[in-house]
Amino acid sequence: MMPSTLLGPASLLGPTSLLGFVAGGGTACGFAMVPLAAVNWHGLFFLAFAVVACVMAVAVVLADNVVRMAFYLVLSLGATAGLFFLAGAEFVGAMQLMIYVGGTLVLLVFGVMLTAQAPFVSIKTATGDRVLAGIVAASLLAVLLQAAFSVHAWREPGRFPGDTGGVVEPMSTPLGMALVGVRVDDPSPGLAQENGGGNGDGSGGAAAGGRSGYLLPFEIVSVHLLVVLVGAAYLARAKRRRSSRELSEAAR
Amino acid sequence: MNPLVDPVGVVHYLVVGAVLFTAGIVCMAVKRNALGVLMGIELVLNGANVNFVAFGSPVLRADAGPLAIDGPVIALFVIVLAAAEAAVALAITLNFYNNHSTVDVDRADELKG
Amino acid sequence: MASFLINTLGLPAWLAWTITATVSAALILNVMAVGALVFIWAERKIAARIQDRLGPTRTGGKFGWLQSVADGIKLLAKEDLMPEGADGLLFRIAPYVSFCASFAAFIALPFAFDFVGQRLNVGVFYVVAVLGLEVFGVILAGYASASKWSLFGAMREAAQVVSYEVPLGMCVVVPVMLAGSMDLVTIAEKQAGWFTNWYLFHDPFTFVIFWVYFTCAVASVNRAPFDLAEAESELVAGFHTEYSGLRWSFFFMAEYGSMFLVSALASVLFLGGWNGPVPIASLLGLSEGTGDTAGYLVRLVGCLNLILKSTLGVVVMMWVRWTLPRLRIDQVMTTCLKYCTPIAAVMFAGAMLWSFFLPGGLVGIAGRRILSRPAGEIREGWLKGPGGRGRDVVSSRPITEAAMMPAPLHSDDGRRVSR
Repeated sequence: MMPSTLLGPASLLGPTSLLGFVAGGGTACGFAMVPLAAVNWHGLFFLAFAVVACVMAVAVVLADNVVRMAFYLVLSLGATAGLFFLAGAEFVGAMQLMIYVGGTLVLLVFGVMLTAQAPFVSIKTATGDRVLAGIVAASLLAVLLQAAFSVHAWREPGRFPGDTGGVVEPMSTPLGMALVGVRVDDPSPGLAQENGGGNGDGSGGAAAGGRSGYLLPFEIVSVHLLVVLVGAAYLARAKRRRSSRELSEAAR
Repeated sequence: MNPLVDPVGVVHYLVVGAVLFTAGIVCMAVKRNALGVLMGIELVLNGANVNFVAFGSPVLRADAGPLAIDGPVIALFVIVLAAAEAAVALAITLNFYNNHSTVDVDRADELKG
Repeated sequence: MASFLINTLGLPAWLAWTITATVSAALILNVMAVGALVFIWAERKIAARIQDRLGPTRTGGKFGWLQSVADGIKLLAKEDLMPEGADGLLFRIAPYVSFCASFAAFIALPFAFDFVGQRLNVGVFYVVAVLGLEVFGVILAGYASASKWSLFGAMREAAQVVSYEVPLGMCVVVPVMLAGSMDLVTIAEKQAGWFTNWYLFHDPFTFVIFWVYFTCAVASVNRAPFDLAEAESELVAGFHTEYSGLRWSFFFMAEYGSMFLVSALASVLFLGGWNGPVPIASLLGLSEGTGDTAGYLVRLVGCLNLILKSTLGVVVMMWVRWTLPRLRIDQVMTTCLKYCTPIAAVMFAGAMLWSFFLPGGLVGIAGRRILSRPAGEIREGWLKGPGGRGRDVVSSRPITEAAMMPAPLHSDDGRRVSR
């Protein structure tokens, strides 16, 4: 960042720009240089995290070495966690850091080490495949971006976190309650009325309109995790007989 | 639209999600290393997660309403299922490596007609 | 601090926040760097005492207190070596990954009532999660060094840390459950008052789980007897075999930083955080929440309290390191999966049932209720007669009930937000 007083045109725009800063990242991203009366830290951090996430995701695709790919992926997912924090979803951000970056990726690198024959193994992709994939990717990206920009409501700017009194409402408590089947956020009255009017007691009102929390998915996921635990342990178990035979063959 | 002037909106997050998703798809398609394919899956799921969080975020949109819970909850489920999927896929990869001494998915063609 | 800058000096909000953020970051960095210097010196002295030696005595006068500074200068001057076969980028960047993870976890750590870098709604979770990232630097270092010793160290580290996060998380959940919040500031606030209010003495289950937590914390920061990643008797120096000079010292700063961090987390979760064993401030009629000089002093004393407790934890870790022999890798895994995890699970269930059925504590812990309650409440309890102990006269509302209420959505009034 540099003070905009150093930039001639910017300082002509008014006395407020004397205090203004121009963020260098904005120009790199193709945005016009705008003198700001205040640094919009929220937007600045969003830009930083977004750029890291996207660049590192592309780097994952371009890299050949598996561990480097894992490292880029860590940066990308970590930056995504930062985006979640910026969006006010602190619990999801922390969860992302813990499970994805701390658990899954360590597991992946562990797998890389277990399956590497030589140091720094890399399996190259054919150039033709790369070109083809590039074309497909460009068209897919174009479609997705077009879809993202097509809905007018999505293009409306959000709020500065400062507008909500400096803090976002803590979200982990209602989130946890939703997971055990209780929606503490008020059920939308329109839906409740459609289903025959809101009944007097709170539980009936919550169940009406189909918003009765996520208890069943939560239970299913936990059972699923248990199954996965057993299954993964079974699949990856050490095969004593086979390995000893291979050892004796190697010794011969 | 300029995130340095205006507040960040949903569409900014959607763009990030789209880039992550595309990178993941390409990664799944072109990588020959099984672990690389796995990383592509993680990227795809993550791109979807960015969208879920963005649509549910009361910071990004004033009309989030009850979605403020739904978005993060779905994102949580995605993260948990991604972890489970990674564990199983890794176990399969290790098994494959034990049998074939490689993690090149192009070599997994025993059933090819 | 930001509110002070805005209101008193009349700075614009964004500038005030920028200055506040910079000062906070510099302070945290100093805590880590100075902490590492002091702890390295302390470790040498403690190790020497335990082994009946003197340790450093010459550098800087009486106790050799300048020894770590001298070491630091030596490390700065050392040549930065990199093995020929190493993966350059990853090799160079790995120490910083470790250091950044350790540093980032300090952001959410409250040193006193208002002394917290960023008060997070999910503080505990965040700290544990970021602490788990430190292992990634170690793995990268081990892999990128292209050395067998390093690779072995890194693989051991990966297996160990991923396993130990399970019991660690389970231990951390217990104070969260008792306090009904994941906010570190709230958790520490709930333990205000006499030392009997600390969660360590909440019930027998939390007392046990504190030790389980400490064991897992030692393992997750790679200290002896769990320092298999750098077992020097087998692996030369493990993951940092190939490192030298400043990069090597970054690993050390990360290690001592996270040692301090897990100790500070232990003191916030179980030992009352910045609350001293005796509530001197409230006995004198001072409140830490006020913005005046007295309140500031109270918070400063609280900060000292926390640092003292954390240092004590670090010293215990050093004591353990120089007392116990290193475990084998299978023993490490057995400790985690066959002992720590089941114990933590049972204690978790126990603490849950305890806080549900005996929210006021046993009769034998009645002192806690008397000490922690205002006089009027105690009098009321006595007026109800001797049979009144139990649920109806409990000093505090059952925590489970508090956690179930939807009200905490907006429980934070604006007062806490200002820094």
